[in-house]
Amino acid sequence: MKAFATMLENLVFSPGRNAKLAHLVAWLRSNSGDSRGFGVAAVTGDLSLPHVKGKMIRDLAASASDETLFALSYDFVGDLAETVSLLWPQDHSHNDTDFALGDIVRQIQGATRKEAEAIMRFHLDRLDQTQRWALLKLATGGLRVGVSARLMRIALAQAFDQKVEDIEEIWPLLSPPYEPLFDWLEGRAMRPKSEGKAVFKPLMLANPLEEADRQKLALSDYQIEWKWDGARVQLVSAEEGVRLFSRSGDDISAAFPEMVIDPSFKGVLDGELLAGTPASLGSFNDLQQRLNRKKPSGKFITENPVFIRCYDILMQGGQDCRHLPLQQRRVMLETLMGTIDDERLDLSEMIAADRWEALDEMRTNCRANSLIEGVMLKQKSSTYQLGRIKGQWYKWKRNPFYADLVIMYAQRGHGKRSSKYSDFTFGAWQDTEDGRVIVPVGKAYSGFTDAELQKLDKFVRDHTIAKFGPVREVEQKLVIEAAFDSIHHSSRHKSGVAMRFPRFHAIRWDKDPEEADTLDSLRRLIS
Amino acid sequence: MISEWAYPRPEGLYIAPLDAYIDPVRPVARALITHGHADHARAGHGQVIATSQTLDIMGLRYGTDFTENAIALDYGQMRSEGAVQITMASAGHVLGSAQIVIDYQGKRLIAAGDYKRKYDPTVTPFEVVPCDVFITEATFGLPVFTHPDPMAEIEKLQNTRALFPHRSCFIGAYALGKAQRVISLLRLSGYDAPIYIHGALRALCDYYETQAVALGTLLPLPEKPRGGANKELAGQIIIGPPSAIGSPWANRLPDPIICFASGWMQVKARARQRSVEVPLILSDHADWTDILQTIEDVNPSEVWVTHGNEEALLYHLAKQGRDAKALAMVGFERAEGDEG
Ligand SMILES: [Zn+2]
Ligand SMILES: [Zn+2]
Repeated sequence: MKAFATMLENLVFSPGRNAKLAHLVAWLRSNSGDSRGFGVAAVTGDLSLPHVKGKMIRDLAASASDETLFALSYDFVGDLAETVSLLWPQDHSHNDTDFALGDIVRQIQGATRKEAEAIMRFHLDRLDQTQRWALLKLATGGLRVGVSARLMRIALAQAFDQKVEDIEEIWPLLSPPYEPLFDWLEGRAMRPKSEGKAVFKPLMLANPLEEADRQKLALSDYQIEWKWDGARVQLVSAEEGVRLFSRSGDDISAAFPEMVIDPSFKGVLDGELLAGTPASLGSFNDLQQRLNRKKPSGKFITENPVFIRCYDILMQGGQDCRHLPLQQRRVMLETLMGTIDDERLDLSEMIAADRWEALDEMRTNCRANSLIEGVMLKQKSSTYQLGRIKGQWYKWKRNPFYADLVIMYAQRGHGKRSSKYSDFTFGAWQDTEDGRVIVPVGKAYSGFTDAELQKLDKFVRDHTIAKFGPVREVEQKLVIEAAFDSIHHSSRHKSGVAMRFPRFHAIRWDKDPEEADTLDSLRRLIS
Repeated sequence: MISEWAYPRPEGLYIAPLDAYIDPVRPVARALITHGHADHARAGHGQVIATSQTLDIMGLRYGTDFTENAIALDYGQMRSEGAVQITMASAGHVLGSAQIVIDYQGKRLIAAGDYKRKYDPTVTPFEVVPCDVFITEATFGLPVFTHPDPMAEIEKLQNTRALFPHRSCFIGAYALGKAQRVISLLRLSGYDAPIYIHGALRALCDYYETQAVALGTLLPLPEKPRGGANKELAGQIIIGPPSAIGSPWANRLPDPIICFASGWMQVKARARQRSVEVPLILSDHADWTDILQTIEDVNPSEVWVTHGNEEALLYHLAKQGRDAKALAMVGFERAEGDEG
């Protein structure tokens, strides 16, 4: 546990990828067994201890310290697990025993909820503060140390001198504590086999298109498509069965059972999950309804159909086509789509544009369809690689909408920002029976600089009129210019509208809140 | 009642029978100074009573004419002024830091200034002196602050350095006290290579040496090469004021591991805000446990709390059945992480 806790703390403070990598490699090399395997899973967010949840942590907190002192401490520290770890009364008579992380994880996994709490208490009494923090973080699954599964695989490759692709390939077959993986990496066994398995292939992503890129790129080298605003998915059809994965590789087959029944092909398709049918598209909200249901009923599925608009093909039959140029994959994809008659799948159409001006115009006009976020440009010669490769794929989003809104509430941020009020709720004017009032329309916590955050934080502290737990209500006097990608009707929000990705564009210290926008003017932006 | 002759005024804590202020925030005719940190020791007082080391440090900072009349009163020495006795007791905070002990009308008041109880090879340890009123600081007056063993922090630093042998290592530490303590701890851990120090630390490090605090070889930084870092600093330790972190000055350090030696580093978000890679939890102030222990040791009939997070401490002391109150003093409302 000591080594794991130290490594975790080092990761939290490591400024960049290389430093994190060095800490991971050193830790991977100097540890062994279950503790290492579960540690890997904990860092990448793949370890869950179902019995340890927020409620248990709050119960533990209650016995860590006096309620008032706990509240004052939590307010200062800003992180529940860290506060508990700092306040837990340490029993120094137990020093110098090191408990294996693997043993602790297995104990908790095999326990009932009640036993799990007793196990947590037993260890909290015996571990030092850093280890208590690590245990609580691990147990609640909230590590946030900035290590993706990808970075962990790179670290594994470095630590054991293997090719990262070879680890990527078998990763989806493995689960914590990854015994077959370490058996192979340390030369005790052969590499596990992936043939015939329905496993996720990591996605290729696009970089935002910058002004400077436009001057360098020749449009004719690029395949252009609409950028659809659905959910990026991967459909895998293998000997073993059919599965649907989210962009992060989560298996979402259970939520979309109709998508994984008997497709008439074997292979892997990359596409966008959209609501409705190819002939009649649904809204993003419709898709959200489906994404929210983990186990939908048959009736719900019939009433809320979805389909996949296919962008790319990664495998055909047992053949990997990722090393082929996009141009060639596109032909394979079109051929495949021509041979299968399946209303759950359709083809993402290509757009023709020979000049940037023409493309820009299409990008601007695509606002008419709220499901199109902009255009994608993919180099025709690009092979399908993992991640955001420079110069290969670009996304060129349409311009956002802007509105002047009034800050109403503020809340402290998380992690690095926990000492500052950095999450804001803002509102627009509405005429009601009680006169003209400001009603909340959205929340944002990004788009400002550190210096602006300082000033916003001070504004909140100086203008608080009420406190509700962690939330402060402030005087309605500061206007911000908010940017957002789109706006929709929403029955779940009191204002009746929901913004997509609202963020700060400018803080209008100069502007009179009387001049802020109205809810009616926001409604008019709904397409 | 001590509060009839010792009470806060805008200038600072006023001791009526002496017509003097303790650590006043603006120039006064007569000042008693606990230690040399800028928020306690200011220039321009008519008369200053402090330990000779504190007077020396004020002289280094403000020039020797910082007061018209400097009166040295060292640890254990007593000075009588009419019916009042003034005594200095070591506070363990920085070199020369003192608790000011005032005896008057059969009652004793102690203004402890800033103090600590943890190991520090550069200072005389805190002396427990029983009294009626004890004025304690509360910089770390929250139960989350239980600062670890200082040597464990040095070990943490050396482990990270071992992983990155080609990177330089910059430690941000306040010029008075913290910097010299970090250097001493490094020496104690067996690190005997030269340590590079920022110019702002030089005078005080030299002064510590004259006071028999051995710091080993301290080198000035080499001239900055045009547009780039000093390659010879790779693998070396450089100590400078925390304000140098992220300043153009720091560009001369090759791929620095940024460390910050401060008690605030115990809270992870505070370290991350400052983009610190190795937070060294080293405090020159008493942590929560040590504040409580000190109050128990001194066992005053009344505790006055100032300087920091009073709320939690007052609440806890009240719960323990102690008579405690906040001593709201102007000028000590500080931003976190200031020298203090
Ligand atoms: Zn001080
Ligand atoms: Zn101070």
